[in-house]
Amino acid sequence: MPLVKNGRIATDLFVHVADGAELPGDGAVLISSARFLEDPEAILKRAGKTGVIWPNSRAVDDLVPYLDRLAAVALVFPTFRDGRAYSQARLLRERHGYDGELRATGQVLRDQFVFMSRAGFDAFEVKKDADADAFAETMKRYSVFYQPTGDGRVTALNRRMQLRHSESAGQ
Amino acid sequence: MYAYDELDRTLINERVSEFRDQVKRRLSGELTEDEFKMLRLQNGVYLQLHAYMFRVAIPYGTLSSKQLRRLAHIARRYDRGYGHFTTRQNIQFNWIKLAELPDALAELAEVGIHAMQTSGNNMRNVTSDQWAGVAPGEVEDPRIWSEILRQHTTLHPEFSFLPRKFKIAITASEHDRAAIKIHDIGLRLHKNADGETGFEVLVGGGLGRTPFIAKTIKPFVAGRDILSYVEAILRVYNQYGRRDNIYKARIKILVHELGIEKFAREVDEEWRQMGHGALTLDHSVIEEVRSRFSYPAYEKLPHMPDELKQAAHDPLFERWRKNSVAPHKVQGYSIVTLSLKPVGGPPGDATADQMDAIADLADKYSFGEIRVGHEQNLALPHVAKRDLPQLWKALDRLGLATPNVNLVTDIIACPGLDYCSLANARSIPIAQELTRRFANHDTADMIGRLHINISGCINACGHHHVGHIGILGVEKNGEEFYQITIGGRADENAQMGALIGPAVPYAEVADVIEDIVEAYLALRDRPEELFVDTVKRLGVEPFKERVYATR
Repeated sequence: MPLVKNGRIATDLFVHVADGAELPGDGAVLISSARFLEDPEAILKRAGKTGVIWPNSRAVDDLVPYLDRLAAVALVFPTFRDGRAYSQARLLRERHGYDGELRATGQVLRDQFVFMSRAGFDAFEVKKDADADAFAETMKRYSVFYQPTGDGRVTALNRRMQLRHSESAGQ
Repeated sequence: MYAYDELDRTLINERVSEFRDQVKRRLSGELTEDEFKMLRLQNGVYLQLHAYMFRVAIPYGTLSSKQLRRLAHIARRYDRGYGHFTTRQNIQFNWIKLAELPDALAELAEVGIHAMQTSGNNMRNVTSDQWAGVAPGEVEDPRIWSEILRQHTTLHPEFSFLPRKFKIAITASEHDRAAIKIHDIGLRLHKNADGETGFEVLVGGGLGRTPFIAKTIKPFVAGRDILSYVEAILRVYNQYGRRDNIYKARIKILVHELGIEKFAREVDEEWRQMGHGALTLDHSVIEEVRSRFSYPAYEKLPHMPDELKQAAHDPLFERWRKNSVAPHKVQGYSIVTLSLKPVGGPPGDATADQMDAIADLADKYSFGEIRVGHEQNLALPHVAKRDLPQLWKALDRLGLATPNVNLVTDIIACPGLDYCSLANARSIPIAQELTRRFANHDTADMIGRLHINISGCINACGHHHVGHIGILGVEKNGEEFYQITIGGRADENAQMGALIGPAVPYAEVADVIEDIVEAYLALRDRPEELFVDTVKRLGVEPFKERVYATR
């Protein structure tokens, strides 16, 4: 499963460590929320970076106290029809100021890339190779956005207001 | 009319090219049907019994003549020469080919029409009063707010994969023609004690197998805060709405399970945390949207022109005028409803030729504007009263002047088993038979206002729960049976109808409805007491006795 990060196919620097398996002494790891919450402080004291896979059925509030020490949060799309993680992503980015890697995992398909990016995801575990290859192209599909989110894209309303101001300034 | 600007046009075109790519990937096998299903649904494409069905949005029910001509063209070029207007200000084409859909969408996009989110688990077409902007006594034109919400809900990055579909309706009149109480969110525009414009927000209405009337969650939300408040509702729903069972996934179930007070607290907490950020609508932003709605340059016309006085001698004209013509906020003008319920016809259908002719009449008599209402009829919203006799003649020739608006033959029906893969029973032939039974307009006039709603299955697309008489098709041992309810209504006093007795077989439905109507004529207090009021006064029992005594 290819990882797309910062708009390109990238090597995954995080090692997925299953719940029963021993944690390596250093290096970046991605672990389940259950394992992380058993003893967060101990895990965060490790030499390597920590990433947590957070389920879409649990409020992100429980993760908030640790956000500034996490290198990655992976949110889950059990199927692409289940959109709970979009809300979690926006809450992490826009309300809790999380600025580490925000990764989409699960059934991640090409047709969700723009939505995910707008919700704050910057890393994607893409299901199909062809979709990962098409990432950059797919992100160019849309140039007009109606909703303000934390992604910084200028909304249609703002563009109209700017246009109005420049028109009236020119009169 | 709302005029699309370059940004609106660009977005629609981008959506068309995205869908073209999706169809290509489906046809090449790159996308599985399971993956493609949600994508096509989000563009209004269903797979029905015989073919793909294509649902096109008519936001808040406003169409230009140019747009209606393009819909006629789509019906002719890509379908079988007709279209079907639905109960939510959409039009459906029933025989479209998948490979041709991108071209059809591209042709619609040229006139500012789209099919985005007309199905799928996302925010559907935002509907409103079909008389918006012309009804007397309106707080203000609700379409300004419908358009603000249309934009905000289109391709929303957070709410495009909700637990289930989500419908918003807005009214700004005391008399609710938008059926806001059977919507996921209903918005009633009004002014508070300080004269400020805002919304009563209702939530959790809906029909289907578990019908609920929407409850008021907040009596007043100021206009500038409406996007953030709606967003707060959606965020709570997106996270906590049930996803384990499709039949329990609508927001009405969440509201019911939590209770409106707890749900309201959750929403308020979310709203508080959202703060007054980017979603707050500045006055200038609202005015920017308002400025792109244009209104006709009305003439100063007499209240009672000579043409109308003369035509009043023609009883057929008078019958139609009294039935289909409503007061306009501007003196000398009227709102004219075009009945799409001819005797023996399927409710809500219009042929391509009719659509073209209506577009021409709209240009001639209604400043090029047409409206679509949830009762599956059309309206010309700005007709000068002096033109009514001419217009009536033209409509009559087109079969669009049946004087049955709001009467017993103005039936709302879903497509039913003739088209729909979900249906258990036929709807359209029942409607057609009823229009023949009550074809005598004098009888229909004498009966008065009476809404019959027919659904071919429990999903309730024909809104049977809220029909004055509701007819629900069910399947019993492989045969079509129909449950009949009375006393429902979809307006500001919305409520569910009550079951009158055991289900009856297909062949008996029209007889039973006739019996119910006869019972009403015998039971009503006076001729002015509407059917629904007689049921309210007396309850179901006297009707049940009369209808089932001989069965």
